[in-house]
Amino acid sequence: MYSFEPNEEQQMLIDVVSKYAENDLRTSSNENEENKELPKKLINKGWELGLLQASIPESYGGFGERNAVTNVLALEEMAYGDLAGTLAVLTPSLFATPILLAGSEEQKKNYLPKIIAGEWSPYTAALIEMSFDFDPNALKTTAEIVSDKIKLNGTKAFVPYAKEAHEILVYANLNGVTQGFIVPKDAVGLSISEEREKLMGLNALPMYKVELRDVMIPLSNRLGGASGHDFELILASLRLGSASAALGVAKSSFEYAKNYAKEREAFGVKIAQKQAVAFMLAEMRTEIEAMRLLTWEAAWKLDNNKEDVCVSAYLAHTGAADMTMMVTDRGVQIYGGHGYIRENPVELLMRNGRGFAMLLGLAIV
Amino acid sequence: MTIEFETPKPIVNQQVMLKTVAENMMRPISREFDENEHEIPWSYVEFMHMAMKAAGGGGGLTVTEKPQEGDEKRPPIGYQKLAAQIEVLAWGDVGMYLITPGGGLGAAAVAAAGTPEQKEKFLTRFNSDIPTYAAMCMTEPGAGSDTSAIRTRAVLDEKTNEWVINGEKIFVTGGDKSFTHYEKLGKGFIVVWASIDPTAGRAGMRAFVIESGTAGVKINKLEKKMGIRVSDTAAISLVDVRVPFENMLGSATVEKNNTGFRGAMATFDATRPLVAASGLGVARAALEFLKEKLEENGVKIRYGLPRQKLSNVEREVIDMEIMLKSAWLMTLKAVWMADNKKSNALESSMSKVKAGDVTTKITQKAVEILGPIGYTREFLLEKWMRDAKITDIYEGTGQINRLVVARNILGYSGKELR
Repeated sequence: MYSFEPNEEQQMLIDVVSKYAENDLRTSSNENEENKELPKKLINKGWELGLLQASIPESYGGFGERNAVTNVLALEEMAYGDLAGTLAVLTPSLFATPILLAGSEEQKKNYLPKIIAGEWSPYTAALIEMSFDFDPNALKTTAEIVSDKIKLNGTKAFVPYAKEAHEILVYANLNGVTQGFIVPKDAVGLSISEEREKLMGLNALPMYKVELRDVMIPLSNRLGGASGHDFELILASLRLGSASAALGVAKSSFEYAKNYAKEREAFGVKIAQKQAVAFMLAEMRTEIEAMRLLTWEAAWKLDNNKEDVCVSAYLAHTGAADMTMMVTDRGVQIYGGHGYIRENPVELLMRNGRGFAMLLGLAIV
Repeated sequence: MTIEFETPKPIVNQQVMLKTVAENMMRPISREFDENEHEIPWSYVEFMHMAMKAAGGGGGLTVTEKPQEGDEKRPPIGYQKLAAQIEVLAWGDVGMYLITPGGGLGAAAVAAAGTPEQKEKFLTRFNSDIPTYAAMCMTEPGAGSDTSAIRTRAVLDEKTNEWVINGEKIFVTGGDKSFTHYEKLGKGFIVVWASIDPTAGRAGMRAFVIESGTAGVKINKLEKKMGIRVSDTAAISLVDVRVPFENMLGSATVEKNNTGFRGAMATFDATRPLVAASGLGVARAALEFLKEKLEENGVKIRYGLPRQKLSNVEREVIDMEIMLKSAWLMTLKAVWMADNKKSNALESSMSKVKAGDVTTKITQKAVEILGPIGYTREFLLEKWMRDAKITDIYEGTGQINRLVVARNILGYSGKELR
């Protein structure tokens, strides 16, 4: 069967997330970016919507089952409000979801209940590295098995909340294969940059460089236990996280531009009545829809264990990243000079929009 | 409702079957009928007519639903099936798909706007033993996408109770097969759009069924085209053509509304995603051929690598795949909405915008990437590029469809956004 409508449960969730995105995130987005800060109250309110909690089974303290399609819908809706805020609210998922997907029973029991009980708490993951050809399947950070321990070396970039994190899931290259490793904050040889990362966008989200110099962790801290895990499906989930957030950012810019074009007058008509502008909007809307369906399909494949899910997730992520750059650029263009002024949200949306080509590992479904 | 992407069983089965048809009945003669424009591939025409009749879907490629047994009600998938059929046939040869016997747009107009008597009179013929065609005549030399500018006139001769029609029609797909007498074809008809009251604008527009062989109708020429050459495109003149009063579809009184015209436009909501599907079949053929040739030459697409590590050719192919897959999903969504009686004006136009874009881009890029192999007539790729271009033109150009999309998302009328 083909079907293109969220079910009742998903729709209810979308409505709740949409309220938060509209009333809390969207209204504070620019202020947070300028202040380079996200209020804890804001994050906690988003956390209480229970997106992660609903992905974790009851046996680990949650109240549901992970469903990638549902998470894609929720992520788009939340990112529509604000990207930095969304990534902050969902930072603990970067640690918890891979454990749910690939962790050993012991790791699940140990971490999942703790993470989702009570308020938002900082657990995070480190994937990105500072090189032009950063490739999640060919990491430069290395892991080495040394008798009954694992030795980690390398530098990670753009790690959200690394400074306050209790534990960090560090991805490293073990004999040519990417594997996750749970690194506690007090590990010897682990250092976190004093200064926060300064990026083109996403300045409200505290991110850090994480350096690992001969960090030794027990074998049992390898994701999945001593024998490790499959990285493919985690990567597909990360790609779809990025793709869905990209959809939300694009939709936000499109909505702002559409409303502005219907207000702004030039030569006696609204600029939306000019085909030059109307066609831009039509193409923005069309491309958002195209990449949304591609993302939905890949997420559905993830939920249904389809063979080609990894290629689908890769295509959805690649396409959504391109689309979001195009749409957010046009958002600024339709605002004209006003689009270039930071008090207008389309400005930040374009800076954030560029990020999806490299921000892999900051969102997961 | 839910979100699901499992291809329904009946569609999968049908795709397998039609792929055999495409590979055995279409591809082998594709080149021959491209080189010999206006020849009729009888083998395909007769085979398809027989096959469709045997399958119980007489009347050509139309929405069919098997009656459902028992209490178990499955949601309708007629349009989805049709879109999938068209995609595979177009993958075989889109020009040939266009001459699949049946009533086509002419019959669709009768089905949409005709009375029960009219449907009985005009539509049963498509179930007969020999292939039969019908065509729609809308476009005129001075009226393309702006169909309200149509000049063809129909005047009622009250003495004989006949309509007298005068005008010029062009770009009539299948016009020749619908009107000219061929021994191997049944008696078809053309549906001509004309005004019964030029002062009323669109409200005065009506459709008239003109039977094959009616005096005063002349096929002036068959256009020589860039592609889809096996499909005939006729220019027709109508001089004092007389048809019985009851051959007019809809009501003869002109009211201050455009229901007649809206009917025509509503047909487009249903047919645009089908045109999208036909384009995407061609695009898929081109992309598959490209990948095959690349692989023969040792180029494998390394999915999963960051762009920075990919070759330019790999990047192009990956982008083409993104375009093709997403456009197909948009088409599916539009027909799924039609099946489920959801208003799909926006989605159907978006699918056509997207399909027009990606079909032309994919085929043109594929020719470019393959260089001489793309440009030579030794292979079909160059033909597919020529065939593909029509996708962005007929059933509303990409620009017209952008206008429809824009009006929809902005909530503007035709007056507010011209």
